[in-house]
Amino acid sequence: MLTAKEALRLLHRGEVSSRELTQEVLKQIERTEPAVHAFLTVVAEQALAEAEQADKHLAQARRDGDEIPPLLGLPVAVKDVLITKGIRTTAGSRILENFVPPFDATSVRRVKEAGAVIVGKTNTDEFAMGSSTENSAFGVTHNPWDLERVPGGSSGGSAAAVAARMVPVALGTDTGGSVRQPAAFCGVTGLKTTYGRISRYGLIAYGSSLDTVGVLSQDAADAALFLNIMAGRDPLDATSVDAPIPPAELRARDDLRGLKIGVPREYFGGGIQPEVESAVRAALEVFADMGAEITEISLPHTEYAVPVYYLIAPAEASANLARFDGIRYGPRVPADSMWDVFRRTRGRLFGAEVKRRIMLGTYALSAGYYDAYYGKAQKVRTLIKRDFETAFEKVDLIAAPVAPSTAFRIGEHTNDPLAMYLEDVFTLPANLAGVPGVSFPVGFDRLGLPIGMQLMGAHFQEHLILEVVHTYQQATDWHRHQPDPLGDDEE
Amino acid sequence: MPLSRADVIHIAELARLELTDEEVARYQEQLSAVLEYFAKLQGVNTEGIPPTASVLPPRTVLREDEPRPGLSREELLANAPDVADNQFRVPPVFGES
Repeated sequence: MLTAKEALRLLHRGEVSSRELTQEVLKQIERTEPAVHAFLTVVAEQALAEAEQADKHLAQARRDGDEIPPLLGLPVAVKDVLITKGIRTTAGSRILENFVPPFDATSVRRVKEAGAVIVGKTNTDEFAMGSSTENSAFGVTHNPWDLERVPGGSSGGSAAAVAARMVPVALGTDTGGSVRQPAAFCGVTGLKTTYGRISRYGLIAYGSSLDTVGVLSQDAADAALFLNIMAGRDPLDATSVDAPIPPAELRARDDLRGLKIGVPREYFGGGIQPEVESAVRAALEVFADMGAEITEISLPHTEYAVPVYYLIAPAEASANLARFDGIRYGPRVPADSMWDVFRRTRGRLFGAEVKRRIMLGTYALSAGYYDAYYGKAQKVRTLIKRDFETAFEKVDLIAAPVAPSTAFRIGEHTNDPLAMYLEDVFTLPANLAGVPGVSFPVGFDRLGLPIGMQLMGAHFQEHLILEVVHTYQQATDWHRHQPDPLGDDEE
Repeated sequence: MPLSRADVIHIAELARLELTDEEVARYQEQLSAVLEYFAKLQGVNTEGIPPTASVLPPRTVLREDEPRPGLSREELLANAPDVADNQFRVPPVFGES
């Protein structure tokens, strides 16, 4: 599979048509999907029709010398928590099993207006609550590197679809690591944007002070292209920010002299898989060899990120998910009174983890416990945010592992929610502070599973991070390794 | 602080979630374990520390109050499980609950 930029170059030159490209994508989905299950919905006919339209548009633009929209004819996949006009959007939940949105999320609209062809919707933990896609109501996604293992989550379908080269790029969302961790587990590049960078309009809300739209791609160059298209103020999301839009093109630097990378000591040691640490250290050596200055720093409140996040996000979720009540959309479980309709529809159609988080959040907000839980968590969130502000006075970027281990086995953590939450310890702080981060492949463990590393930057520093990752990806080829989920390459 | 069975039933009622007895027992155990771990927050000194509700600098967002087209009634009702006379139909609101 080509990268998005490679595919677009061929499309613009007329060396491949959007129809051919889309057919190739659909063929790859058809072949790989039974083993991987990255998609909840594939819209083959619609995609082919749109591809044909794109081909006409391309031919006309070439003939008339018109400007070609930047993604014209490119097939992409979209995580199923971003709503898509006329394409079923479930959020991985039975409570939205048949929901067909009447409008597009702003991120989706911008990608469509740039000419992209949506081929389908990717699997996700229900309402993006999870780190493995095991919480999807419609079955787990299998990691293309080892089908017995999870792809990470919650954007596990998007990460697996890109890793298995079903699509060049897929949109994801990151509330507590949901782009970066699956990118690490699947060996792809994952961009988590600054809070407010990309409109959240049409992102089915989970934790509104934490939710961000992101990109899963084969490399940093493609992430930059999509960031450029989706970023920017949107009147429909009051928290979206009118900051300068980062350019679509990345420049590979000759060296990284003058760049200061901080390595937080709290992210290493206890509990981290030794191969993950050594791969991250090896990547830091590459950055050092390019001239970057690597210094140890401290983010002293890191250990509180799990309790802070798992109070704030569920509290926000308990309010956001109040709208799912069996009245305006989704199936209804019938009952004699409206109150019983609410209780039964929600009780029976939400999955176990979603109910767990609604309960946790409701408790944290309830009378008598608000100050001790939610209020306290918001104050400690300030301390975590200040940790980052202090660090960015001294360094340009912060380097860290993405997850304590490589992809775990399906079922390994499902009976112990606390253990699952603790897996998120390295990704949660960026969301609590609102800073951007990029996860990218830096090696493999002895089982052949990909290892990811993340670079985080100050607010709105996506372009710097991506440029540094791009420079690394010019010098290394970890991001070019591909899994073989069907075993075709053996023998 | 471990949650009692009554606590769990009360929270579920606040959240409008019908739970089975088995779910009540499971959530009692799991949420108690989670909250016990979260008690470590109580040890953090937050005296004089303001809460963070948003990571962005506070600002007022205003727009012109101009009418613009919205979704049609048909579009809004299209996903509803029960519709009558171009409206959402719901079971009785008053009465037994």
